[in-house]
Amino acid sequence: MSTKLVQKLDRVVIRFAGDSGDGMQLTGDRFTSQTALLGNDLSTLPNFPAEIRAPQGTLPGVSSFQLHFADHNVLTPGDAPDVLVAMNPAALKANLRDLPRGATIIVNTDEFTKRNLSKVGYAESPVDDGSLESYHVHPVALTSIAVEALASFTDLTRKEKERAKNMFALGLLSWLYTRPMDGTEAFLKAKFADKPVILEANLAALRAGFNYGETTEDFAVSYEVAPASMAAGTYRNVTGNVALSLGLVAAAHRAHLPLFLGSYPITPASDILHTLAGLKRYGVATMQAEDEIAGVGAALGASFGGALGVTTTSGPGLALKAETIGLAVSLELPLIVCDIQRGGPSTGLPTKTEQADLLQALFGRNGESPVAVVAPSTPADCFDIAVEAVRIATTYRTPVIVLSDGYLANGSEPWRLPRTAELPDISVEFATEPNATDDKGEPVFHPYLRDPETLARPWAIPGTPGLEHRVGGIEKADITGNISYDPDNHDHMTRLRQAKIDGIADTIAPLEVDDPAGDADVLVLGWGSTFGPISAAVRLARNAGARVAQAHLRHLNPFPANTGEVLRRYERVIVPEMNLGQLALLLRARYLVDIESHTSVRGLPFQAGELADVIATAVASLGDAHLKETAQ
Amino acid sequence: MTTDLPVDLGMPLSSPGATGTTGVPRLADGTALTKKDFTSDQEVRWCPGCGDYAILAAVQGFLPELGLKRENIVFVSGIGCSSRFPYYLDTYGMHSIHGRAPAIATGLAATREDLSVWVVTGDGDALSIGGNHLIHALRRNVNLKILLFNNEIYGLTKGQYSPTSHVGQVTKSTPLGSLDTPFNPVSLALGAEASFVARTMDSDRQHLTSVLRAAAEHRGSALVEIYQNCPIFNDGVFDVLKDRTEAAARILHLTDGEEVSAGDNVVVRDDSGSLAVVPRADADPARIMRHDASAQDPSAAFALSRLDSPDLGHVPMGVFRNVQRPTYDDALREQISSARTNEITDADIDALLAGRDTWTVGTPAGS
Ligand SMILES: Cc1ncc(C[n+]2csc(CCOP(=O)(O)OP(=O)(O)O)c2C)c(N)n1
Ligand code: SF4
Ligand SMILES: [Mg+2]
Repeated sequence: MSTKLVQKLDRVVIRFAGDSGDGMQLTGDRFTSQTALLGNDLSTLPNFPAEIRAPQGTLPGVSSFQLHFADHNVLTPGDAPDVLVAMNPAALKANLRDLPRGATIIVNTDEFTKRNLSKVGYAESPVDDGSLESYHVHPVALTSIAVEALASFTDLTRKEKERAKNMFALGLLSWLYTRPMDGTEAFLKAKFADKPVILEANLAALRAGFNYGETTEDFAVSYEVAPASMAAGTYRNVTGNVALSLGLVAAAHRAHLPLFLGSYPITPASDILHTLAGLKRYGVATMQAEDEIAGVGAALGASFGGALGVTTTSGPGLALKAETIGLAVSLELPLIVCDIQRGGPSTGLPTKTEQADLLQALFGRNGESPVAVVAPSTPADCFDIAVEAVRIATTYRTPVIVLSDGYLANGSEPWRLPRTAELPDISVEFATEPNATDDKGEPVFHPYLRDPETLARPWAIPGTPGLEHRVGGIEKADITGNISYDPDNHDHMTRLRQAKIDGIADTIAPLEVDDPAGDADVLVLGWGSTFGPISAAVRLARNAGARVAQAHLRHLNPFPANTGEVLRRYERVIVPEMNLGQLALLLRARYLVDIESHTSVRGLPFQAGELADVIATAVASLGDAHLKETAQ
Repeated sequence: MTTDLPVDLGMPLSSPGATGTTGVPRLADGTALTKKDFTSDQEVRWCPGCGDYAILAAVQGFLPELGLKRENIVFVSGIGCSSRFPYYLDTYGMHSIHGRAPAIATGLAATREDLSVWVVTGDGDALSIGGNHLIHALRRNVNLKILLFNNEIYGLTKGQYSPTSHVGQVTKSTPLGSLDTPFNPVSLALGAEASFVARTMDSDRQHLTSVLRAAAEHRGSALVEIYQNCPIFNDGVFDVLKDRTEAAARILHLTDGEEVSAGDNVVVRDDSGSLAVVPRADADPARIMRHDASAQDPSAAFALSRLDSPDLGHVPMGVFRNVQRPTYDDALREQISSARTNEITDADIDALLAGRDTWTVGTPAGS
């Protein structure tokens, strides 16, 4: 057993960084799992290049995974890492500027060769030239020690042994932060079940890393972070994309509808296709279409037939789907469109996050073409938002666009498992009978005769006798659904479609404001994935004595009914967004409130500290009265 | 309350002998529908003399023959004059958007084995804007019957050239003549791995009906090219095929097991596999081609499709290819039904949500 010092910490931010080929995402994932099982609250931020293997050892090839874990509620992956694991000079160079002085750096010195150093413009190794003086640097010959530890594996080449260095690093970090490794061992056993030698080598490297920490003098102290106190329940760790996939399956189950996904691969949405494709045993049908247009078309065809049609994509794909979504608006059929946003325009930043498709989702179609738009606020919330999207789509017979993003998609957090039986009952009634009589008193079916409350039209699926009818994208006469070019009818139908979407506001929760003292004059309002950073910033600002209220929109169209009233309650309203002010534009136009837009489009989530400064400045501008008395 | 309609996805793969309508509910014995039952109350709005009328009449006349319940028949179309078709049929129907009908119909057919799904499309709809969806529906072999109304022009947008217009064709958008080499829809479909490809003509009700019958019988994608006259923007392009004597000399009827011939001419195959139309008197009897639509190798069907020429000198008509291979929709249903062991319960979903790595905080309520 170790006789070394063990120190308690309340929170840690670690960033694993290396070459794309170094397995940093896997290392980060496993460390996260171990941390989740230990009961810490956590949040993660994977960050990787769009290229599968950018040239080795270069700055564009650096891939990283950041994890924030704590003994208390965690809201973001952390502004700045306390610990950087740098597997090569490029990883060090690319990440150094994010490190605060005093941070710990573990470098793999084996990769700090002349050649690798010069690839990133280091004349001399920063580990040796004193430039890292203000950090705690642990130079570890990670690769060679890992290879050494695998000396007995005579069947493996040196290259193969080198590949186990990430497991060695994981073992070392597991020791350093007192993480149990059983979960990772079980994971490796499953992953390499049919490759026993590779399995043993990985296990040996993992344990060697752990033992290295325990025995080497370079690491004098190890750390513990106690479990966070979380609401009672059963938890798992979940990424946004997995939560969204599960939410769709659970919602289809609650709606008693078969789930059909039509999708075309695109980062960062593809994992939803992969996840759902693996769930055939739950009755899920998935089709990898020839393009995005076919994906949404097939989904709409499935909806016409009485299935829950879903399509998943990112911004460029949403652009291609626009015309079909417009058709769904006209057909008034349920359709779920998930846009996992990434940096744009065009191909933009495929693997980086952004919230710049909001206006595309609301308005990116020809004609007056209103659809419901919702956005999850955290990775786990992707589950709930999927259920909510299905509720809206099936109740109102409308397309619903779900705006997630790259940060939520790949980021993870602990998720308290819901009970399926307690999810909202969203079962659907198909039309089975004629709903009117003609002038001769004969029963007839009017496909556009609406439910007076929801304004939804009947969903009469093929196979239902007596309800044969035709739908299409040409304007339809009210009630009968026949083709109509009548000017008044078009005006009426356009307003009806809008009124139906507006009416959704009657069934969504009012916008809730978090204002503990109830006396704030500044409101910070966000939407989507900025929830974590904004909440962390508000927490920081409040700790520093600022009075600030916070609210977060999950429904972007329609907005909750009380939104205008909430906005008007505050002297200043700050809206941080990862775009150039799209929500701000909508709110100003809609409510005539002078929104202060704070924006950033760096492909990365906001930093809590940066937002806290924005809040503090706004609060300070209103004078001392707005600071808590206790504040210094 | 939910209804008990057949939207269940877990249906077994149809047996090898399945036809295009296996799994689609049939009318009770002794009952039958008539052409009138398939005629909707909507006024037909094509131009007078448009070939689409004849096709509509033929389809309305043919559908009762299938013996299917009317509510289990669906027509999906794109955009174009031809794509107005579903409005005039009293079945379920969707007039969708330009070029996308095959994709939409694929999602419908994949989730509903109990439907007979038909696609109506034009030469612009299917081969220009929707070319991608068409070829992918064909290669997947989705159980769809695709009726391609080929008038070699864009009718609805008032007369621009289409992907089947011939080189040099003068239209509104090609005042000096079209520069594009046209598609031969039959060759294209064969190249896209289509399992059933046929050609017929608006004015030949009997032939059209026989081709529809064969297409409906076929399990998998069936592409039926229908030569259709547009009297307004491209009048008379198929006239030579409508004149009795001209037709006899030009139309190469494709009948299984029979020689491929037109009038005094027959089709012969040379050593390299190429086909030529020669006078019967000059033909080596051993080289005269006998049609076999069920040949697995599509080369002969493809070679036949190449006998076309812009002057319609010789035009093969009938079923070029009709082979059996697994359909996408059956296979998808099969994957699902064999993966699925029982009705999905709340407990199954709970287990799915939990995944493999869970931990418990406190005493969760109810456990
Ligand atoms: C996205 C889109 N682009 C263009 C059009 C205009 N448009 C309608 S029909 C058509 C061509 C139709 O030609 P074809 O498919 O041959 O049908 P036809 O009218 O000849 O039966 C075009 C270009 C449209 N409706 N939608
Ligand atoms: S324009 Fe041509 S194809 Fe269209 S309806 Fe008139 S005749 Fe028929
Ligand atoms: Mg045409």
